[in-house]
Amino acid sequence: MKTRLESKKRHARIMLWSAVIIVFGAMFLPLASYVYVDLVSAQAAAAQDANPRANYWRAVREGNQGYTSSSGPYTTSVLIQNGGQNWRQLRNGPVANYTPWILGVVVLILALYYLIKGPQKVARPLSGQTVPRWGLFERILHWYTASLFIVLAITGLSLLFGRAVLIPILGPWGFGAWANFSITLHNYLGPFFVVGVLIEILVWAGMNIPREADRQWWKKLGGMFSGEHVPAGRSNGGEKVWFWMVAIFGIAVSVTGLILDFPNFEQSRETMQLMNIIHATASVIWVAIALGHIYMGTLGNEGALQGMTQGRVSVEWAQQHHDLWYQEVKDQASSGTETAVEPSSAAKQPG
Amino acid sequence: MARMKFLCDAERCIECNSCVTACKNEHEVPWGVNRRRVVTLNDGVPGEKSISVACMHCTDAPCAAVCPVDCFYTTDDGIVLHDKDLCIGCGYCFYACPFGAPQYPQQAAFGVRGKMDKCTFCAGGPLQDNSNVEYEKYGRNRIAEGKLPLCAEMCSTKALLAGDGDMIADIYRQRVLKRGGRPQSWGWESAYGTTG
Repeated sequence: MKTRLESKKRHARIMLWSAVIIVFGAMFLPLASYVYVDLVSAQAAAAQDANPRANYWRAVREGNQGYTSSSGPYTTSVLIQNGGQNWRQLRNGPVANYTPWILGVVVLILALYYLIKGPQKVARPLSGQTVPRWGLFERILHWYTASLFIVLAITGLSLLFGRAVLIPILGPWGFGAWANFSITLHNYLGPFFVVGVLIEILVWAGMNIPREADRQWWKKLGGMFSGEHVPAGRSNGGEKVWFWMVAIFGIAVSVTGLILDFPNFEQSRETMQLMNIIHATASVIWVAIALGHIYMGTLGNEGALQGMTQGRVSVEWAQQHHDLWYQEVKDQASSGTETAVEPSSAAKQPG
Repeated sequence: MARMKFLCDAERCIECNSCVTACKNEHEVPWGVNRRRVVTLNDGVPGEKSISVACMHCTDAPCAAVCPVDCFYTTDDGIVLHDKDLCIGCGYCFYACPFGAPQYPQQAAFGVRGKMDKCTFCAGGPLQDNSNVEYEKYGRNRIAEGKLPLCAEMCSTKALLAGDGDMIADIYRQRVLKRGGRPQSWGWESAYGTTG
């Protein structure tokens, strides 16, 4: 009985494997002819000498340099340059299509945050006592760079998105005039902005070195959602990240911008294409981040703007947002008249 | 409607640069601006080839695609032209063009670009045909006069052909048939021996 059962089992196994082999064989053996054809044609191609004329023009298509007796700043001896098509597809594709979404999403997030959480108010009624926050030099530096940033952002975005957004509004002539004004302003003000950014990096790098308090600050996301006040020095975790963003994007945008701005150093078209892509992408992202900074400096945080306009902030604001820093400067507190105190806004505190 | 094209027969071009000279003279093109140039490949080596190249009036023109002010337009004849009154001299068309056709007169220090200038297929610009202002900005409008581009008209070996694409293709096909389809029976090889 046992041996019969075993032989039956064996029989079934043989049947199964035969079926598998037959099915796979039926599926794949007919394809073997493709392998044969491929092998034969590969041998034939190798046997036949490559067409020298075809290879010649293939090399030209790859952008090889020739000789031309014509001369001029934009006269090249390359018959066909291939980078242009890649640049066109990157610029008109991802750069023009995706980066506006970054701006849109940031605006949407800020609007939602403002509508849901509202501005951060100074919790305690203002006593009229103020402490110095930003010195005169720092304020001049900030507003010099900030105003140039805004002008460069508006003109730069006009040149990148104007064809899609502004031509339908202004018409070809109106936009042509605006674009001409924009490119002139953008190209001439750019180098002055670079100077501002570099000085900012030098002046504010020291106070923006990350510390333990900043790790705690980011752990609680600065109390952005919990509403609690996380201890912070003169510059809190968020401000420090913004500073290093300014440093990184500032240097990237400045270097690429200067290369694009002065085309008289015989930069190749490939260099310009790459610089243009980096410049446009980094700039739009930077503008998106800057919107967050502008929101926090104006609408989002009551009492913060005074620090950068008049140089002094209320004692209550300093205690609430930068308590560690307040401990350092509280002996400088005075009821100076230069700070405009708004009792009305202090009165309607939710608590 | 005709679809205007340039075709340069590399077996015929002898790098005489008369197309370049004809173009410069016909349109009073400023110094340093070359609407057309001759590029020689493997210059000085047996088997060198010369090609006269200008704006190729692409169907899907990269210059037009990247122009921030959208100043390019294609005529009914398939000629790509641009409006210098809209152009802001940003240089993007030069970055995008495979043929290096867009040119810029230098306007000021630091390489500031003037309005872009390029081959118009001798078809002027958007202004009144053959007006003085059109001539000053874009050069002669020979197409409006019923003539073809002067570069091709002046070509000493008839290497450079300009005109309706179908007719040009026909002429070129006949040449290729005459040559027997083998470059060694015509052109450089038959004159100087095989390149080896």
